Amino acid sequence: MTAADTLVPFDDATDRYDPVLGIEVHVELGTATKMFDGAPNVFAAEPNTAITPVSLGLPGTLPVLNAKAVEYAIRIGLALNCEIAESCRFARKQYFYPDLTKNFQTSQYDEPIAHDGFIDVEIPSEDGDGTEIYRVEIERAHMEEDAGKNTHVGGSTGRIHGATHSLVDYNRAGVPLVEIVTRPITGTGKRAPEVAAAYVRTLRDIFRALDVSEARMERGNVRADVNVSLRANPEAPLGTRSETKNVNSFRSIEKTVRYEISRHAGILDEGGSVVQETRHFHEEDGSTSSGRVKSDAEDYRYFPEPDLVPVAPSREWVEEIRSSLPELPAARRRRLLGEWGFTDLEMRDVTNAGALDPIEQTVAAGASAQSARKWWMGELARTAREQDVELDALAVTPAQVAQLQKLIDDKKINDKIARTVLGKVLAGEGDPAAIVEAEGLAVVSDDSVLTAAVDQALADNPDVVAKIQGGKVQAIGALIGPIMKATRGQADAGRVREIILDKLGVEG
Amino acid sequence: MNSPGSGSADLTRLSAAAMAAAMADGSASAEEIARAHLARIADVDGELNAFLHVSEDDALATARDVDTRRAAGEELHPLAGVPVAVKDVVVTAGMPTTAGSRILEGWIPPYDATLVERLRAARMPILGKTNMDEFAMGSSTETSAYGPTRNPWDTDRIPGGSGGGSAAAVAAFEAPLAIGTDTGGSIRQPGAVTGTVGMKPTYGSVSRYGLIAMASSLDQAGPVTRTVEDAALLHEVIGGHDVRDSTSLDGGFASFTEAARLRDVKGLRIGVIEELEGEGFAPEVRARFTESLALLEQAGAEIVRVSCPNFRYALGAYYLIMPSEASSNLAKFDGMRFGLRVVPEDHPTAESVMKATRGQGFGAEVKRRILLGTYALSAGYYDAYYGSAQKVRTLVQRDFAAAFESVDVMASPTAPTVAFRIGEKVDDPMAMYMNDIATIPANLAGTPGISIPSGLAEDGLPAGIQFLAPVQADDRLYRVGGALEALLEDSWGGPLLDRAPELKGAGK
Repeated sequence: MTAADTLVPFDDATDRYDPVLGIEVHVELGTATKMFDGAPNVFAAEPNTAITPVSLGLPGTLPVLNAKAVEYAIRIGLALNCEIAESCRFARKQYFYPDLTKNFQTSQYDEPIAHDGFIDVEIPSEDGDGTEIYRVEIERAHMEEDAGKNTHVGGSTGRIHGATHSLVDYNRAGVPLVEIVTRPITGTGKRAPEVAAAYVRTLRDIFRALDVSEARMERGNVRADVNVSLRANPEAPLGTRSETKNVNSFRSIEKTVRYEISRHAGILDEGGSVVQETRHFHEEDGSTSSGRVKSDAEDYRYFPEPDLVPVAPSREWVEEIRSSLPELPAARRRRLLGEWGFTDLEMRDVTNAGALDPIEQTVAAGASAQSARKWWMGELARTAREQDVELDALAVTPAQVAQLQKLIDDKKINDKIARTVLGKVLAGEGDPAAIVEAEGLAVVSDDSVLTAAVDQALADNPDVVAKIQGGKVQAIGALIGPIMKATRGQADAGRVREIILDKLGVEG
Repeated sequence: MNSPGSGSADLTRLSAAAMAAAMADGSASAEEIARAHLARIADVDGELNAFLHVSEDDALATARDVDTRRAAGEELHPLAGVPVAVKDVVVTAGMPTTAGSRILEGWIPPYDATLVERLRAARMPILGKTNMDEFAMGSSTETSAYGPTRNPWDTDRIPGGSGGGSAAAVAAFEAPLAIGTDTGGSIRQPGAVTGTVGMKPTYGSVSRYGLIAMASSLDQAGPVTRTVEDAALLHEVIGGHDVRDSTSLDGGFASFTEAARLRDVKGLRIGVIEELEGEGFAPEVRARFTESLALLEQAGAEIVRVSCPNFRYALGAYYLIMPSEASSNLAKFDGMRFGLRVVPEDHPTAESVMKATRGQGFGAEVKRRILLGTYALSAGYYDAYYGSAQKVRTLVQRDFAAAFESVDVMASPTAPTVAFRIGEKVDDPMAMYMNDIATIPANLAGTPGISIPSGLAEDGLPAGIQFLAPVQADDRLYRVGGALEALLEDSWGGPLLDRAPELKGAGK
C-alpha cells in the first residue's frame, strides 16, 4: 500500500464515476515445442535446460514457425467469434531487456491472426438469483513468443529494487503465446470487478475446452493485465488509464479493479490527473503500486519479421478447424441447464464448485441430475474440502456414485447406509454394490427380523407405546432409533413404521 | 591449367576441379594438398592478414580421413579433400567466429551453420576463417577490428569488402575455394578487385542458418573461387533447401556445373544496363567491360541495351533497408549471454553493462549503421524511410522483371574502380558506399549475380564484369561466365592471376 493513495470507497466512486476496463490476457499454448524452435515446451525445473541455440538467439540462428501454434491460435480466434486473417505477418517488437534473447520479441503488430470478435460473460445478478450477461468485444488475438524469466537476488522484495544481481532462466523464452486484447469494456458500472474476473475465467474455461492450454493461472499459463480508467459519465471521453500487470488470480483481478477505481476517484476528486503508468498488484493487502511510468507509444520500432514468411491460413483449413471445435463452456452450460432443470443459482454453484463434469458423467451413468447434484455438492464436496483437493481428485468415480444412488432407489440401502458405503468407496474398498454385498449392509426387509426388533422396542418403551396409542403418532420416532441401532441401521424404516402401527392397531 | 605433381607450390596453383582430379587419379593426396595450403598461408598471410583463424589440426584430420577412406575404396564426394576457407561471419562449431568484431572476440559457437555442415559432409578440409569488414559492413575490409586485409595484387591496396579475406586468400593461392556472403556486393566487388570469381546466388538458394545476420532480407552466402567451374561446384555443395531457414527455396534450379562447362553463348541475349555505365565508372574498367562484351558477341551472343530506371534509387533504398534490419539483428550483442562483456565499475546494471559492452565492442561504421537503422525505424519515420525504401525495392524488382522479358542476362562492370589505397576512402562513408552501386540492385531483387575477371585496368589492377539473371536462373550466370572466362583466358594466354606479382612471403 502506498501511503499516498487517497481511496474513495468503491460504492461512492462508482456512484459518481463511470469505470471503463481494458484487459489483455496472455495464454501459454500447450504445444510440444516452442513457437519458433524445437526446444521442448515443458515446465522444466532445472534452469536453462529447455533451450536450443535458436531459443537463445545465438548469432546466426533463425526462427521456424510452429504450425500447431498457428492452429491453436486460430481455434482461440474462432471460439472468440473473430475474423481469421487471410494473410498475416510476424513483426519484431524491439526493446532491450535481459530476459529477451534477441532484444526483440517476435510478435504480430498490425496484422493479428484474429480480430474483431466478442465473448459473452456471465456474472450473478445483483439480487443473486439470476445471471447477467455482458458482451466483451475482442479487438484482436495475436501470436507471439514469451520471454525468459528474471530472478532478482539480494533485495528484500524479490523485485529489482535493492537486488545485488539477477539470474536469467531462458526455459520460458520462446514459449508460444496468444495475446487477447479487448476493446474498452464499458457499461459495467458497479459490477466492473466481477465482470473483469468473470471475463478472464471465461477465457480460461474456453482454453481448457479447446485443449490449447492447461490454462492454470497459478502456473502462469494465463496472465492478465488489467487497465482501468474513470470518466464522469458514459458520454464523456475516456479517462487516462493505468495498467496493472500480471495479476495472477481471479480474486486478485477483482481486487485490482476495486482498488484502482477507488484510487482513480481519489485523484480525480482532488482535481488531479491520473498518471498513465504500469502498476503491480500486492497480494498482501489488495493494493497496487507504481511500477514504471509508461509513455503511451513506447517506441518498439516495429517492422515485419524478415526471417519468416507470411501466414496465410486457407479458408478450407479455417473451416475444418471451426467444424472440429468442441462445444464451448457457455453453450454447454446452457444446454445442461435445460436438460437438468436446475435453477440459475444451482447451476452457478455447480459450475463454481467444478462439479459440472462429475455431474454430467454421473447422469450419463444412469443417475438423475438432482441426485447427482445432491451427492457431488453435498457429501463429496464436504469430503473434498476436508481433504483439500478438487472434486475430480476424489477416489470415487461418477459411475460409482450412480451405482450408489441406484442402490438407494432400489431400496436396497437407505441414505445413512449409503453415506457409510461412500466412505468405504473413498477408502478404496471397491464398488458400492460389492461393498454392500460383502459386508451385508443391505437394508433388512425380512419381516421376521424386523418384527423381533419391533417387539423388543415395544417391550422396552411402554411409555412411548402409550403415547402412540393415545394419538401421538409422531412418537414412533422414539422407537425407530433403538430399532435402527438393534439392526445396525439396516432396518427398512418405512416397513418398521408399518409394523409398529399394525401391532398397536393405530392408523399412521 | 597447371599440371599437378611435383612440389607443394604447384598444388596450390591448381583449380579445385584439378585438385579433385589429382586426388582421384592418385597423383596427390588430400593431406599433401592440405599441407601445401597451410604452408602457403604460413608463408604469405603475415603480409596479407586474410585469415583470422587457421585451423591446422582440424584441416589435416579431415584430409587424412579422406585419404584413408579413398584408399579403402569408399565412394567420396567429388570435392572431398579440396580445402576451403570460410568467411568469419559464418558460424563454425568449436572454431572461433568473430564476424570481424571485438564484441565476439574469442566466441566459440556451439553449432555449425548449415553450409558448414554440408562442407563437412563433403569432407572438405576447412583451412580457417577469413577476415572481413566488421559485421559485413563495408566495401574494403578496413573496418575489421583485426586489421585490414591486403590485396595480393598490391599490398597497399584494399582487397574489397566486406569479404576481402576470402577473396585475397583465393587470389593469393592460400585456398582454392572460399565461402563469402553478399548483402550489397560483398562477394562480387572483392572478386572484381582481386581478379577472382565471386558469385551471389539467388536469395534463398543457400541456407542462411548460421550466417551471423546483417540484413536478413538481403544476405546470401556464395562461392569465392578462381574459376567459374569451381564456383559452380562449390555452389552445388552448399546450396539447397534447409528447414531451419524459412526463407530457403526448395528446388527449381538447373545444374550449375553443366552450365559452367557448356562454353556456348550462341543466341544468348545480354542486356547492358544503361544506368550502370558511363560517369562514375573508371575509363579502363569500362574498356575491359566493353571488350568482354565484344568477345561474347563474336561468340554468338546478342548484345542489347536495357534501361532499369529505378536503379538510380537502389543505393538510397539499400542504405535504409540494410541498416534498419542490421540495427535489429545486432541488438542481441549486449554482453548478457555470449561474447564480450564490459562491466562498468560504478553501479553496474544490465542497462549499463549493455551500453558499455556495445560502446566498446562495436566499431565506428557499425555504430553509424545501427544509429541510422534505429532512426529509420523510429515511430513516425517508418513510412518515410523503411516503408518507402521497400516500395523502391518493389520498383527495382519490376525493372528486373521487365528487362528479363527481352534479355536472358544483364551485364555491367562489377565495381566503379579498381582497388583503391588502404585509408583512401575510410573517412568518406558516401564515397565508400558508392562502390556497391552496381551490385546492390541484385540484393534488393533477390536475383543472382556473378563477377568474373574482365582484365587489368587502371594501375595494372584487376577489374570485373558482372552478370545478372532472373531469380533461380543461376545456371545462366555459370553459362555466360564460364564461356567468357574461356574466351578471355584464351586471349590472355592463361588465367589473369598468373600475372599477379609474387608475394614477398615469409621466406622459405
